Amino acid sequence: MKITRFLKTIFMVDFVTGLLIALREMFKTKKTINYPFEKGKISPRFRGEHALRRYPNGEERCIACKLCEAVCPAQAITIESAERSDGSRKTTRYDIDMMKCIYCGLCEESCPVDAIVQGPNFEFSTETREELYYTKEKLLDNGDRWENILAANIKSDNPYR
Amino acid sequence: MEYLNLVFEEVYKILFLLVPVLVSVAMIVWLDRRVWAFVQKRQGPNVVGPFGLLQSLADALKYIFKEIIIPASSNKIIFILAPIITMTLALIAWAVIPFGEDQVLADINVGILYIFAVSSLGVYGIIMGGWASNSKYPFLGSIRSAAQMVSYEVSIGIIIINVLLCVGSLNLSDIVLAQQKIWFIIPLFPMFVIFFISALAETNRPPFDLPEAEAELVAGYQTEYSGMMYAMFWLGEYANILLMCSLGSILFLGGWLSPIDLYPFNLVPGAIWLILKILFLFILFALVKAVVPRYRYDQLMRLGWKIFLPFSLTYVVLTASYLFYFNLLPTL
Repeated sequence: MKITRFLKTIFMVDFVTGLLIALREMFKTKKTINYPFEKGKISPRFRGEHALRRYPNGEERCIACKLCEAVCPAQAITIESAERSDGSRKTTRYDIDMMKCIYCGLCEESCPVDAIVQGPNFEFSTETREELYYTKEKLLDNGDRWENILAANIKSDNPYR
Repeated sequence: MEYLNLVFEEVYKILFLLVPVLVSVAMIVWLDRRVWAFVQKRQGPNVVGPFGLLQSLADALKYIFKEIIIPASSNKIIFILAPIITMTLALIAWAVIPFGEDQVLADINVGILYIFAVSSLGVYGIIMGGWASNSKYPFLGSIRSAAQMVSYEVSIGIIIINVLLCVGSLNLSDIVLAQQKIWFIIPLFPMFVIFFISALAETNRPPFDLPEAEAELVAGYQTEYSGMMYAMFWLGEYANILLMCSLGSILFLGGWLSPIDLYPFNLVPGAIWLILKILFLFILFALVKAVVPRYRYDQLMRLGWKIFLPFSLTYVVLTASYLFYFNLLPTL
């Protein structure tokens, strides 16, 4: 027993085995993805950047019920509303402070008309704080940009709700 | 005028050596990171340039534009001098490395002693850096580094004596030419293994990277350094690793000689063979980094003084008595 251990130490058996394993592992497929060029799969329930959606005719969905503002645990949402010339209730201001937001998804859950949603985009870092105070225009713009994916995500998640 | 021409010629020669060395240091850092990543099944740096080859240049550019912070309580002159010394010493040793028959900057007859002296001086850069920082971690790191480099230098010295016994000359070109019949790795294989491990310890590579063991010493002697001064430490470290690899290939793997002295292999320039051998040794260096866990300090010292030193000493006696008995001693 002692002799085998001695021989093992002298000939560095364990080290050579480790080296061979490392050599073998080197040529296997990589477990990581090439991030900025390849992206991992994202669930339809992913809670990323916020967006305000519109109806297909271009009318904004939000009815200024302020449920999202009330439910928001971080109090990141600020809404002001007023009556529009055609008599409908619309928001005049819809701000989200993206630095306060904790991405819990409660605003999306509470919305009765699927207006505020959290999309699949998570790459919206900025160089200044000010750019992260999202206004209504920015959120509507996000909604227009991501509408296809947002609609598909809501549809695919619908059977489980 | 004639004197000026001579100076220009020498400067030209030095640049012709130094620029490739510095470029290959940058490439070797990339190779190191890439091999490490591959063993861990990651991609490694692959964005800047083809296959990410220019990553180190991008890093160097970043270091150049970073602010150099000099701690208020440090000894400023020595603090600035330390990385300069480390890098200079790592680079001047390259003067005696032969890249082929007569392709050497300084063909001095004590080449190996020169390399040995210069690489021993390298420890001063680290001690100065650690001491002048006037801070706990750099201080402890530099103490460890000094002890480590001194103890492994001894075993490397005795390993070199083995080779010198077979050659009978301290000139590196002569050492290579003495291997025309058989590379020294075959008769002196145990010495090659010990040389490789000692080279790991000498250049502070894992598993012997105690001076900069990040789990306990933050970054060792480099802790207080930033910007270009950090980059110079880093350049010096990798230039040293490359130097140790080339020393290994010259002492044991036949330097610029081709593995088989046959027709198609003879045509390949010697420098290419040397580069291939250096690359082989460096990939081994990188693999070891990825495979082996870090040694404890007392284990490191025990390995150096209680195993390597007596073993290589015994091997010196064996080599000498073998050469003497069979009358193979080189004529001086």
